[in-house]
Amino acid sequence: MNRDYPRLDRRTAIKWMLTASAAVAITERQMFAAAQQAAAPATKGYGTDALLNKEYQPGDFWPLTMTDAQHRTAAALCAAIIPAEGSVPSAADLHVHDFIDEWISSPYPDQQGDRAIVLGGLGWINEETRRRFGKDFADLDEKQVKAVCDDLCHAPDAKPEHAEGAKFFAKFRDLTTSGFFTTPEGMKDIGYVGNLPLAEFKGPPPEVLAKLGLA
Amino acid sequence: MPIITPAQVKSDYDVIVVGSGAAGGQTAYTLTMEGAKVLMLEAGRDYDPVKETPMFQTNGQAPLRGAATPDKPFGFHDSTVDGGWQVPGEPYTQVSEDPARQFEWWRSRMLGGRTNHWARHSLRNGPYDFKPRSRDGLGFDWPFTYEELAPYYDKVEMLIGVYGDNDGMENTPDSSPGVLQPPPIARASEQYAKKHMKTVGVPVVAIHRAVLTQRQDPTVLPQKIHPGNVRAQRILAEAMSQRAACFFATPCGRGCAIRATYQSTTVHLPPALATGNLDLVANAMVREVTLNAQGRADGVIYIDKTTGRECRARARVVVLAASGMETVRLLLNSKSAQFPQGLANTSGLVGKNIMDTVGASLSAQIPALEGLPPHNEDGAGGAHVYSPWWLYKEQLAGKLGFARGYHIEFGGGRSMPGMGAGAGLQNFTRGSYGLKLKEDARRYYGSFMYFSGRGEMIPNEGSYCELDPVVKDKWGIPVLRFSWQWSEHELKQAEHMESTFKEIVAAMGGKVLGRNANRKRINDKAVIEKGGRVIHEVGGAIMGADAKKSVTNQWCQTWDVPNLYLTDGAPFAGNADKNPTLTIMAVAWRASDHILAEMKKGSF
Repeated sequence: MNRDYPRLDRRTAIKWMLTASAAVAITERQMFAAAQQAAAPATKGYGTDALLNKEYQPGDFWPLTMTDAQHRTAAALCAAIIPAEGSVPSAADLHVHDFIDEWISSPYPDQQGDRAIVLGGLGWINEETRRRFGKDFADLDEKQVKAVCDDLCHAPDAKPEHAEGAKFFAKFRDLTTSGFFTTPEGMKDIGYVGNLPLAEFKGPPPEVLAKLGLA
Repeated sequence: MPIITPAQVKSDYDVIVVGSGAAGGQTAYTLTMEGAKVLMLEAGRDYDPVKETPMFQTNGQAPLRGAATPDKPFGFHDSTVDGGWQVPGEPYTQVSEDPARQFEWWRSRMLGGRTNHWARHSLRNGPYDFKPRSRDGLGFDWPFTYEELAPYYDKVEMLIGVYGDNDGMENTPDSSPGVLQPPPIARASEQYAKKHMKTVGVPVVAIHRAVLTQRQDPTVLPQKIHPGNVRAQRILAEAMSQRAACFFATPCGRGCAIRATYQSTTVHLPPALATGNLDLVANAMVREVTLNAQGRADGVIYIDKTTGRECRARARVVVLAASGMETVRLLLNSKSAQFPQGLANTSGLVGKNIMDTVGASLSAQIPALEGLPPHNEDGAGGAHVYSPWWLYKEQLAGKLGFARGYHIEFGGGRSMPGMGAGAGLQNFTRGSYGLKLKEDARRYYGSFMYFSGRGEMIPNEGSYCELDPVVKDKWGIPVLRFSWQWSEHELKQAEHMESTFKEIVAAMGGKVLGRNANRKRINDKAVIEKGGRVIHEVGGAIMGADAKKSVTNQWCQTWDVPNLYLTDGAPFAGNADKNPTLTIMAVAWRASDHILAEMKKGSF
């Protein structure tokens, strides 16, 4: 039992375990259904000699496979994980969900492993929000989104019935940050100021050295 | 590059060079600059970094945000073409199913080979490294001394351009005055690490890397490199003037369109071609070396991969520079009545004593590096500093429990966000999302560091390769079968690396995150990475002073066939912790001078 939870009496513990295994079963069924429902993923990647000095978009090498409904849920999750902030657009505004679709539609083994988690999770989260709020995740108001995300955002704190959902959320969040912080807006937002030709490399500026006690 | 077709191949070359990487590039360069007519055969395709390098492409412009995949093991923008630990249609096999006993063989099938992708670390072997057996009784002495090779190190460094300092450290040689380029200033994370590594006794100095931090002086260097050869000086001066200095952006592993870094394709091949003495055929997969009636090499048979046809080429001298193991494979596949066990294999040592570098790594999070003001840390596209091995005396006194040393490559900082940016933060942030996640991502960006050990392996009997009796590649050429073994020396050395890294991270007030999941280890418990994963394949046809105990003499000339030379890593008698490329080039230059002298004498 997770040490973050109060001790449970035996009956409650058994009930939770049953709920948890039911949740797992639903997730697996969902994954299976989702995998069947989505078009079969590509069998060929970009190969060992792709043209490198070119700008690519998701879908250039293999077809994207999410359904419209999955896309809608993915976009809403992207916006919840990285919302707009001032003039900086949200992950959804920057179509990070298209990148996630590219990721789970790709033929490589790591991505194929993530495909099951992501498509299963996208189905599961709607089932969860329909049960709790009577509507899909993408139709929740801000407060409801927060309630759902708070339950899932930290796997070690998640209730047993949310354990699978939390695993999915962690994976989806990692994909969202990767997708977002690699866009021009995201690179700027995280504080990456390189990729510019310089006549001279001056090393760390004085304020950085001062902060590190190296001045 | 101006390449020719197999139909245009002439019949009167002085030298055939198989391979176009560090070894083949250097060999062809030295020979053609001195007037020899050379045919170079490259198994991969033609490749031009000036046109093909993705210089300012961001990871967001790559499929999968640039993530590593089986097709591109170092990420989408890595320069490697048709390469990796697996090459489609070109398998290799293993003697054992135990991962600890396996060797993973990296190849890149492209003009310039792995010099397009390499880390550019250019460390000289020191005096101890050439005489290890005399020092501690293990491994083999090389048949020459550091002092004999030193002038070639100087010449290679001047030619390719290497930044670094002369620190006067034990077994970490200085270059001659005026040879090195100024090193770039250390980044914030490197400086912070240096300060704390000092407290645990680990030195940090400028690393030596083949990157121009300033333009080469075409009025001075060519005369030093080619004294008395005015034509070579003129050609090299022109080639040097085509190279720009680093503009401190974009990772070197992508290649360098402005030719600021060393790649065979931007540094060796253009002047070699400019001599008019070099013919270059790509997609030429050499199968075997042919012999004449007198038992001398007279050429090679290669498959033209564009047609699948078998072709022949002839020359007075054959040089194999195909990468250590590919050179071994060529020798073993060149069977004749005179050499039924493979060419130049009277000693029975072809394929024996193969080596890689010991690798172990650890990543860490350093709170002091959190929330630093944004600043540009791209720098010279790779490391600015490193730690040379520092425990020579303790080791010689038997205090360490293993025989040879390692250096530490480390780094971190604010590099261009790629796949994994902002990921995995939940352990630090209790799973933040929304605006808090953005704040956390900014805070933790640049606070992660890695430490990698690169250590010497002592050759052993369990590490060898041979021809697989059954399996052939798609060209019908028998493939290599590998056996691997790390000895206690390497296993203990890797553990020492990790405990050192932990000590360093603790001194920096950091948190150890774990071993690098991308680096395959021999098993889950072990620290040491799998054989071949550091991509420093050397050995397999070691040089020596005794024809019975080695495959070549000190000039990389095979004992059995005097006009057959091996100028890549295959003749390495040891594999010091120093990355092998610079030594490959210095040894190849020295061997090429020997070829020129022998041709002049009329030996071939």
